Amino acid sequence: MSTKEIHGLFGDEEVLLTSAKKLVSKGVHVKDVFSPFPIHGIDPVIGVPPTRLHIAGFIYGIVGLCLSLFMMWFTLIMDWPMNIGGKPNFSLLENLPAFVPIAFEMTVFCAAHGMAVTYLIRNTTYPGKKNWNPDLRTTDDKFLIQINLDENSVSGEEIEAILKETGAEEITQK
Amino acid sequence: MSSQEAWIREPLVLGDKSYHDISNDIARPIEGKANKQWWIAFTIAVIAMLWGLGCIMYTIGVGIGTWGLNNTVQWAWDITNFVWWVGIGHAGTLISAVLLLFRQKWRMAINRSAEAMTIFAVICAALFPGIHMGRIWMAYWVLPLPNAFGSLWINFNSPLLWDVFAIGTYFSVSLVFWYIGLIPDFATIRDRAARASKPIRVAIYGIMSFGWSGNARAWHRFEEISLVLAGLATPLVLSVHTIVSMDFATSVIPGWHTTIFPPYFVAGAIFSGFAMVLTLMLVMRKVVNLEEYITINHIELMNKIIMLTGSIVGVAYITELFMSWYSGVEYEQYAFINRATGPYWWAYAAMMTCNVVSPQLFWSKKLRRNITFTFILSIFVNIGMWFERFVIIVTSLHRDYLPSSWSMFYPSWVDIGIFVGTLGIFFTFFLLYARTFPVLPIAEVKSILKSTGSQYKK
Repeated sequence: MSTKEIHGLFGDEEVLLTSAKKLVSKGVHVKDVFSPFPIHGIDPVIGVPPTRLHIAGFIYGIVGLCLSLFMMWFTLIMDWPMNIGGKPNFSLLENLPAFVPIAFEMTVFCAAHGMAVTYLIRNTTYPGKKNWNPDLRTTDDKFLIQINLDENSVSGEEIEAILKETGAEEITQK
Repeated sequence: MSSQEAWIREPLVLGDKSYHDISNDIARPIEGKANKQWWIAFTIAVIAMLWGLGCIMYTIGVGIGTWGLNNTVQWAWDITNFVWWVGIGHAGTLISAVLLLFRQKWRMAINRSAEAMTIFAVICAALFPGIHMGRIWMAYWVLPLPNAFGSLWINFNSPLLWDVFAIGTYFSVSLVFWYIGLIPDFATIRDRAARASKPIRVAIYGIMSFGWSGNARAWHRFEEISLVLAGLATPLVLSVHTIVSMDFATSVIPGWHTTIFPPYFVAGAIFSGFAMVLTLMLVMRKVVNLEEYITINHIELMNKIIMLTGSIVGVAYITELFMSWYSGVEYEQYAFINRATGPYWWAYAAMMTCNVVSPQLFWSKKLRRNITFTFILSIFVNIGMWFERFVIIVTSLHRDYLPSSWSMFYPSWVDIGIFVGTLGIFFTFFLLYARTFPVLPIAEVKSILKSTGSQYKK
């Protein structure tokens, strides 16, 4: 790999946040931030776009609702109507109260599982995937700013100076 | 940014912890060796599990006739145990979903284990309708397939089928919710193992952590999916026990045919679930030294929920009695008089004492914060809630419209064996979990440290 990267390691998420703000204000493009837990307020600073996961979840839910209603309409109304306790067996609408529980469960089922699968795909996390956090301590108690030098017009020395000035504990170049 | 919390609130993380201390404390049971008490408990649980599995084999081989059921009482311990376990399985998702929506930070200390408990309890619960089918190899008939592959379909009007969908959805969604929260913590364990050069542990937790790296985009999505799944799981929790209660409420048996069942069952489920969480947590915090994370404050908060839901259950019992009298229906009235004063009066008395009277003691702050008392009371509630289901099911059935068919229910050794067996399955899973999974959400506890840690509250 010829791409050069600078890693700034921090011991506190608030120090990292001020450092990231400073870097961005100087025109540095931050590639990514690695942390042991979500740092609130980092997303707009380093340009993480708002996720559309909830929209996907809504669509999966609607799909689940339609599938379940179709299933119940096809089996009990269309294919083989049965007289069960005198319940109306000739129209979906009139039999709907008895179909509400399963329609609800299937909506939740499809929304939750569809979203979980989308989440794993978007994060590129799956069994057997190798982790790519540059420093193993970032899942414990350290916070890391990753800057790709090829993507930046600001020089490496300048970035290092800003990182040092804003309280980075360790700065490494790869 | 960490929001500053009012100083009047008690700290939720004691002992002036750093982020690294949190990782150490929670990873310790996984990285260390099991002690003697764990092995003793595990051995007992495995023996109970094997005994239960033996009884299940015997039931499947010989038939339901091995149970104490008779023509009059055709549902007894199996459905009692089913509802009891499903009820216990309600606290986990309630803690992780409802308390997340209410932004209750104290949920962080207990949600992981409560969700684990949910999953194991639902496994135990699902066992009972399965074996009660008699021919378990036909269990796939509950799926929407044409019956016996002809043209007749399963009946979507039946609450028993709603149950299949409700329990199935609840189990799988809880599992996914739980696992998504576990992924970052498995990554912490994996990276700790890599730094300590433990290749086998790195490989195992590497697979389990799905290659989680903790980058900002992933955390952003993590927070989003946690919130939306909580929003989905909240009505799900309420719907599951509502549907379980409809197994009874949509029938025409006096004592079952009441509209109060759904809210009454949901409150009872949360009540029993919290009792089981307390039973397990009070032991666990001691055994794995997590007293600084699961504090007296947490115990008091859970006790308040027990008191609230216990009171709701009490009001429901009294409402049922009032409504049976007010309905003017003789059969309805007799069902309740028989429940309280008939041959099963002792079960009714046990239920009333354990569920209605005992939680009222928690009005006293001293008792709410007393660990020994809380532990004993949580056991009382577990027993009381088992008796509640037994009372609802058996006393409503054993004296039906025809006095010549009145009868009593006596459990056979197989009934008892299967119940003890499910306790064995539950504790075997839970003990294994406590040794191999992070029992507290490491990442989430770190995220609340600055707002609720004791050193930030001075």
